[in-house]
Amino acid sequence: MIKVEGLSKRYARTVAVDNISFEVQKGEIVGFLGPNGAGKTTTMRVLTCFLPPTSGTANVAGYDVVAHPMEVKKRIGYLPETPPVYPDMEVAEYLKFTGQLKGISSGDINRRVDEVMGRCSLGDVRNKLIGKLSKGYRQRVGLAQAIIHNPDVLILDEPTSGLDPKQIIEIRALLKSLAGDHTIILSTHILSEVEQSCERVIIISQGKLAAIDSVHNLTNRLRGSEAVAVEIEAANGSPTPAEVQQRLEQVSGVSRVVTRDGRDGRLHFEVESLQGRHIRADLARSVVNAGWALTEMRAVGLSLEDIFLQLTAAEKNSLQKTAEGETK
Amino acid sequence: MRNIWLICVKELKSYFASPIAYILMAFFGLIFGFGFYTATRDMVRYSFQAQMMGQMAQMNVNEQIIKPLLGFASTVALFLIPMITMRTFAEEKSRGTIELLLTSPVSDLQIILGKWFGAMALYICVLAMSMINIGLLFAWGKPDLKPVLVAYLGLLLQGGCLLGIGVLISTMTKNQIIAGGVTFFVCLLLWLLSWFTAFDTTAAAQVVNYLSIVTHFENFSKGVLESKDVIFYLSMIFFSLFLTSRAMESLRWRA
Repeated sequence: MIKVEGLSKRYARTVAVDNISFEVQKGEIVGFLGPNGAGKTTTMRVLTCFLPPTSGTANVAGYDVVAHPMEVKKRIGYLPETPPVYPDMEVAEYLKFTGQLKGISSGDINRRVDEVMGRCSLGDVRNKLIGKLSKGYRQRVGLAQAIIHNPDVLILDEPTSGLDPKQIIEIRALLKSLAGDHTIILSTHILSEVEQSCERVIIISQGKLAAIDSVHNLTNRLRGSEAVAVEIEAANGSPTPAEVQQRLEQVSGVSRVVTRDGRDGRLHFEVESLQGRHIRADLARSVVNAGWALTEMRAVGLSLEDIFLQLTAAEKNSLQKTAEGETK
Repeated sequence: MRNIWLICVKELKSYFASPIAYILMAFFGLIFGFGFYTATRDMVRYSFQAQMMGQMAQMNVNEQIIKPLLGFASTVALFLIPMITMRTFAEEKSRGTIELLLTSPVSDLQIILGKWFGAMALYICVLAMSMINIGLLFAWGKPDLKPVLVAYLGLLLQGGCLLGIGVLISTMTKNQIIAGGVTFFVCLLLWLLSWFTAFDTTAAAQVVNYLSIVTHFENFSKGVLESKDVIFYLSMIFFSLFLTSRAMESLRWRA
């Protein structure tokens, strides 16, 4: 449904998007993830024919964005970062205008307006001026505008920003219900969002593709190692954190031990294993053999947050290294 | 065609949703009404004086009231037009709604024409205020209709040019005040061009004079419909809207 190949977008001095390629199948929900300024919005703007690419091609719903922008525009719904609403229009009036602009015939328009207002729960603000609505409502009006013509592809730039938790859940449910016959790309810098609503993630960092995989694979691939939180009782200052850390590090399969703040005479550590090693039994044995009281031990999952930071930080590190290499 | 109509209606609605349409209409009505009052008063006095001296003066409502008044209206329009066009694109850009327009299946040309027709429609509403006064002349006098129609056509064409220029300038900035200010200075400049070359007969002066939007209105205000003036205005409208579409394209490449 969407096919991007070697896409780059350069502005006068900066490279916003650098040689990105990816594909999205029909009916998928794909999360576009990256820190602020990573190039998410720029990529989306290219896909929606708002900006032309500097090089590379983008194909949306079977049409090239440069060669056939009109055909592409007919088939996409786009919610930009700030909802593109006219504050001096009423909600229903605005939806009618955008719907007609997107080619809905005058016979169908009223029915479609009612339908999307129902879907985005806008019924109670039907005749209110958009300028008087809260951010959450405006966001929903923006979303309603994007889906009004029932487009094949939905491109949503941070659809849940500015919404309260209840509204976020509603929007997520709405997106889930839209998936299947719509292909959805949504960008966000909130990771739990991706975990909850997307099947696949495209992570970009500083304009480059950092990873592209299903949420499940991505967590697994990077998780590989397990992380264990360990709590040990320390009476009268013994053992000292350093002692324990040293001993834990000696357990086979341990890659890293981090000392956390201890309270109430308890020491906390976080132990990470090497890839594919199970260390909990050995850890427990080692602690008990040293004569310390092991009060708690539990597995800590690496969250998508950690993975994301790892990925984007790795990118930064390697960039720094190349930069250093160049100066040398 | 439908898209142009949609955008035009939306534009007109938003002019009337804000105070700007009412302010322009009220002030234009007031200023024109004042001009009408003084012009009519002077003509009445003049005719009394002529009668007292037992002369038969050549009195002509068209020559003495309508022509100077509509000439005056064309000057006042120079000041109103920046206020009409300054928001057209600058506001869409600052609100981000330009993204909606440019990602909808609507061509740039349709957007531009829609906006220009919307601005024209408001300009017509503003001009219509003057018809109250002109209508009074028709109710109580017998002015010639044709020169009045020609003068109004001239006002529309001149307004169309300036609106085109205003729309063009509005695409270049996000800031309405800058758009309005620059348009105002350009209008002023086009007006001054005609003064600049008033007594100059060199070729350069002729060219500059030809470019002055106000010079071309003179024939219209006399009730003379000359094709060269109509062509000048139409080509100016075309040219400014063409440049607007270029400016919008460059917006995409640079944005």
